[in-house]
Amino acid sequence: MGLLSKKDTKLITDPLADNNPITIQVLGICSALAITAELKASIVMSIAVLFVLGVGNVVISLMRNIIPSKIRIIVQLIVVATLVIIVDLILKAFAYELSKTLSVFVGLIITNCIIMGRFEAFALANGPWRSFLDGIGNSLGYAVILIIVGFFRELLGSGSLLGIKVLGDPIEKTGVYAFGYENNGFMLLAPMALITVGIIIWVQRSRNEALIEDN
Amino acid sequence: MEHLELFFKSIFVDNMVFATFLGMCSYLAVSKKVSTAVGLGAAVIFVMAITVPLNWLLDTYILKDGALAWLGPEYAQYDLSFLSFIMFIATIATMVQLVEIIVEKFSPALYNSLGIFLPLIAVNCAILGGSLFMQSREIQSLGLAFNYGISSGIGWFLAILAIAAIREKIRYSNIPAPLRGLGITFIITGLMAIGFMSFGGMLTGGEAEETTEQTVATVAPSDKDTIEATEDAINLAKNEKEIKE
Repeated sequence: MGLLSKKDTKLITDPLADNNPITIQVLGICSALAITAELKASIVMSIAVLFVLGVGNVVISLMRNIIPSKIRIIVQLIVVATLVIIVDLILKAFAYELSKTLSVFVGLIITNCIIMGRFEAFALANGPWRSFLDGIGNSLGYAVILIIVGFFRELLGSGSLLGIKVLGDPIEKTGVYAFGYENNGFMLLAPMALITVGIIIWVQRSRNEALIEDN
Repeated sequence: MEHLELFFKSIFVDNMVFATFLGMCSYLAVSKKVSTAVGLGAAVIFVMAITVPLNWLLDTYILKDGALAWLGPEYAQYDLSFLSFIMFIATIATMVQLVEIIVEKFSPALYNSLGIFLPLIAVNCAILGGSLFMQSREIQSLGLAFNYGISSGIGWFLAILAIAAIREKIRYSNIPAPLRGLGITFIITGLMAIGFMSFGGMLTGGEAEETTEQTVATVAPSDKDTIEATEDAINLAKNEKEIKE
């Protein structure tokens, strides 16, 4: 058994596939789409959300009995905003270039519906340890989609992964470019993120028929 | 002229939904029916028109580097911009509550149509996004900030209205089962975003005319298809009725 009981493990593994925050619960789409043109940005964004949601869930869970329910949204927003400011300042200090690429989307973690959704649905009703696991699980589910989308967009769009040119050099025509392969610049444009997520949803729902919705 | 340019730019070129993906959550969740979509869209325009100029005032007179200079020269060195997230979101959350209370008191009819959407809006990324973009694009005056708020709101309104109309029609088409609902909505939004990208040339002139004509041409037949599909469905329903009778 060890550290985690069966129920606790389920809290982490469930959001990874069958209850994924992005493809099933439709939460936190904005940032998932806007910053996924590069794999690196998607990874950093995932870590930021992991931190904010993990810590935020614990904080809200600890305060759940003293927050008056009328003003809970404002309290939740303040907690998230504080955590996001910490993330933003850390990014500005240690990865300035990246924080420029992410621009306002770091700030928009505040209104990322995953976070508010988990606070409302889980942290307000459960203890800190379970809330922490739930936060980690959901942000990992978010990270999985972000990383898949970022992987395909960077690979097909600019022929590189994490900035390393894995498919050869497009200008000197080495690697696969020698056979006449061209980068699909369209993948770097914003609309393709939507279509990529659409395809992920398609694949996921064909594998698991229970998830199919009627129009 | 400056106002007109910003107005059209925020509606079409920098459309909240299609260019920056802001407010996608409510955009996807509340777009099943045109009537609710109109309600939410109107509420977004309303709240953005209030919060963006308000946050502009906050940013210019309190948060910016050296913004406190109006208090006296010894305050000129303060830079409070790290507080902007928390200030903006607090303003938005309180304004939304305040607007809700005021509307409920003075216009129950408006409250009935907008009311249920107002709490949703506090966590709509489009609202906070509007204020953050207003800050990062360095909008110059209060008037422009007001203009930016309203026009971004209108852009969002147009987007949710369009997708709601398409989703009402698409119910009659034969979509692969796994794509139904969310999947096809994503792909349609992607296609609409590609269409909106053709507005990019609008303000630079030149080839803009050609590209917009193309989108009109490509959009028109698909509209026709959906109309035909609905007519087919209606005819089908009529036939079934007749058979039953």
